[in-house]
Amino acid sequence: MNSHTFTIDGVSVEATAGQSIMQAADAAGIYIPRLCAHPDLKPYGSCRVCTVLINGTPQSSCTQPASDGLVVESDCAAVQRLRRDIVEMLFIEGGHYCMYCEKSGNCELQALGYRLGVTAPKFDYQFPEQNVDASHPDLFIDRNRCILCARCVRASRDLDNKNVFQFVGRGLTRRVGVNSSACLRDTNIDVTDNALNVCPVGALMKKHVGYHTPVGERLYDIDPIGTEIDASRDRVPMIERE
Amino acid sequence: MNGSIGKTVQEVCRANDYDPHRMMDIVRGVQEVEGYVSGEAMEWIAATVGSHRVEVESVVSFYSFFTDQPQGRIVIRLCDDIVDRMAGSAQVEQAFVEQLGIQVGETTPDGAITLTRTACIGMCDQAPAALINDVVVTSLNSDRVRDLVRGLRDHMDPARLIWTLGDGNNDHNLVQAMVHNNIRQRGQVILAEDIDLDQGLQKALAMTPTEVIRAVNNARLRGRGGAGFPVGMKWQFTRDAEGERKFIICNADEGEPGTFKDRVILTERAELMVEGMTIGAYAIGASEGLIYLRGEYAYLRPYLDNVLQRRRAASLLGQNIHGLEGFHFDIRIQLGAGSYVCGEETALISSCEGRRGDPTNRPPFPAQHGYLGCPTAVNNVETFCCVARILDRGPGWFASMGSSSTGTKLLSVAGDCRSPGVYEVEFGTSLGEILRLVGAEDAQAVQMGGPSGQMVGPADYGREICYDDLATGGSVMVFGPERNLLEVVRTFLEFFIDESCGYCTPCRVGNRLLGQGIDKVMASRVSADDVAQLEELAMTVKNSSRCGLGQTSPNPVMSTLKNFRDIYEDHTVDTAGKVASFDLEAALGEATAIAGRSSVHNKGLRQGS
Repeated sequence: MNSHTFTIDGVSVEATAGQSIMQAADAAGIYIPRLCAHPDLKPYGSCRVCTVLINGTPQSSCTQPASDGLVVESDCAAVQRLRRDIVEMLFIEGGHYCMYCEKSGNCELQALGYRLGVTAPKFDYQFPEQNVDASHPDLFIDRNRCILCARCVRASRDLDNKNVFQFVGRGLTRRVGVNSSACLRDTNIDVTDNALNVCPVGALMKKHVGYHTPVGERLYDIDPIGTEIDASRDRVPMIERE
Repeated sequence: MNGSIGKTVQEVCRANDYDPHRMMDIVRGVQEVEGYVSGEAMEWIAATVGSHRVEVESVVSFYSFFTDQPQGRIVIRLCDDIVDRMAGSAQVEQAFVEQLGIQVGETTPDGAITLTRTACIGMCDQAPAALINDVVVTSLNSDRVRDLVRGLRDHMDPARLIWTLGDGNNDHNLVQAMVHNNIRQRGQVILAEDIDLDQGLQKALAMTPTEVIRAVNNARLRGRGGAGFPVGMKWQFTRDAEGERKFIICNADEGEPGTFKDRVILTERAELMVEGMTIGAYAIGASEGLIYLRGEYAYLRPYLDNVLQRRRAASLLGQNIHGLEGFHFDIRIQLGAGSYVCGEETALISSCEGRRGDPTNRPPFPAQHGYLGCPTAVNNVETFCCVARILDRGPGWFASMGSSSTGTKLLSVAGDCRSPGVYEVEFGTSLGEILRLVGAEDAQAVQMGGPSGQMVGPADYGREICYDDLATGGSVMVFGPERNLLEVVRTFLEFFIDESCGYCTPCRVGNRLLGQGIDKVMASRVSADDVAQLEELAMTVKNSSRCGLGQTSPNPVMSTLKNFRDIYEDHTVDTAGKVASFDLEAALGEATAIAGRSSVHNKGLRQGS
């Protein structure tokens, strides 16, 4: 009972006890797109990009435990369409100005857009009014670019033992709040905190280092997101289209 | 820091054992004294119970009934759902606006009275209704609004505003509400008048817990809240789960717009419900229970507390219940604070634990890892009543009623019908029969199961109320021939947009896009392709949302596209390949205004006009 065998897109995959579908897929060299999931953090299941069909039912693969005999579908037209819709929703919900965002090229949302073949979103841009908190000398939070993935919330709480962040509001007003009466400067966050290294987009950023790596030489400028995982299975990454 | 706030917080926290899991009660307590929960109060609370300011803010900002902004000593919450709108809530609102001299969302200049809207308060059979602090006022009209405001100006005491008392326990000295039960049809299970209280409990305690679960299984009892999960199976999972401490929770958070049957049970059958909870506790091995009572029903709390107190005095709660050595069980009431998603069982548990009402990931399921991490069974108010009756009269008796689904179902019927109210019917009753009972033979459409359910038309009136056909948690809303069904759909989507917790992308963003899509349909700015795209978007939200809210919120769109396709097709325009929703005049409006010029484009050339 220490390992489980199941299939992803017809490929037989071994999982160790306690692994999620996503972890087992990663180990097998099958990349499932994701945004809120992070290897150092507890699964959260908010972005829904990693949705797969498990025995025909849509589930987030980051939160579903692997078990024997599951039939998982990931690289199929129906699932890819869901993922594209969700990535488009995240783009139009916020203010994602890739062409002059310093995260461009290192941004997981942008990279996923490319990988999934998102060109112009079909949904209407929402142009939200969000604020930027640049009060801290070493870091800032730009809520225009936040995708509410809770990586910073989890990292600050579980890795840094600080609870600098937590969500406030609900629904459309949900946003990352900070543990102070006004702004980041009044919290005990430090630029060396783990929370500063997990943001998938350009929302929680360090100051003074934005352009150290020139555009064109950044992580996803070179290889598409997920390449590491793909490569471990000798699979050629492709832009996936219907 | 202000000393008086610190003192208030100290007292409230002490009354709640300095327990951060009691954050709902702490925040409510502080707000009752201070009027709102200021940032300073949040800091005091966090420091006093060992939490973080942002955690407290997270809770305060999640629930509609909590606020971090100063508000009036009196808060008037106008019930805003489709049935209240059809009953004239707009005129009632206008009357309040005129009498108070403020707009919705504002507080009178003297800081005394705040006017706001809230989601369905469970009074659709006596709409339009409102909450004035915890006091319910129903059947409102402009004249009554004038009297209410005059009364408030005079004495500022909501309890003195009501001009009549309701029937049954509504005039109990601990309730004193003008709410009416409107019980229109009594069945044999819940609303029967010959119920032998506590016979079920007595018989259960003479059995083993396993036998109790078997009886519930044999009755084929399924959850009455909407999802319809087999109750015995849920209890077996909870019983089998490892854990010293187990909990049983009664979900009294009926927030589905249009439903109010649990309010009637809480008023008239509270003892039966607690009896059922006690049987459940015995079956799963729990010694602690909670009743999660929606904040809208806070007016019932003193009465329910008294029911619990009476049962403690009669040894029906507490230690060695009914003389059974070693069976200890007691219940506390947890008040909610205005959040529909908290009816979802994992969100309900989050709320009971003093956190924002975000649902949690499943697995683990509450049966393994629920309240405070302990195995927990969450069941609906009506379900517990069924349990007590099954144990008294036997599973055979129960299963002899109904069809493929056993027993009876309480329906809350409202909208365009002659006799709105609560009907206890056997499963298997056809919708057409119900429409005859309620006086709505000419219904254009019926919303079964509230906004998260299905809108059906005359072609479906022969279908049966049961889990396998027309399922409903209880809400039945009737729409007459004159109603604009797109308006209904839009109202339902507004509700979901307001009530989404915002945790997952498809529900947070997708519902908003669906709402905007319906706006375009209503404005006749859609092509057939746009309608097809709307349908796809609805599928995305349904298939990728994390909890039941997002998985069902597209149902108004999907079920009207299925059953009332005409209402969409009537609004589609042939755009010759151009984007129907694009409004050139509107797109240029801001620029032309800034430039101080008018557009050269003739309106007649605009697409879709």
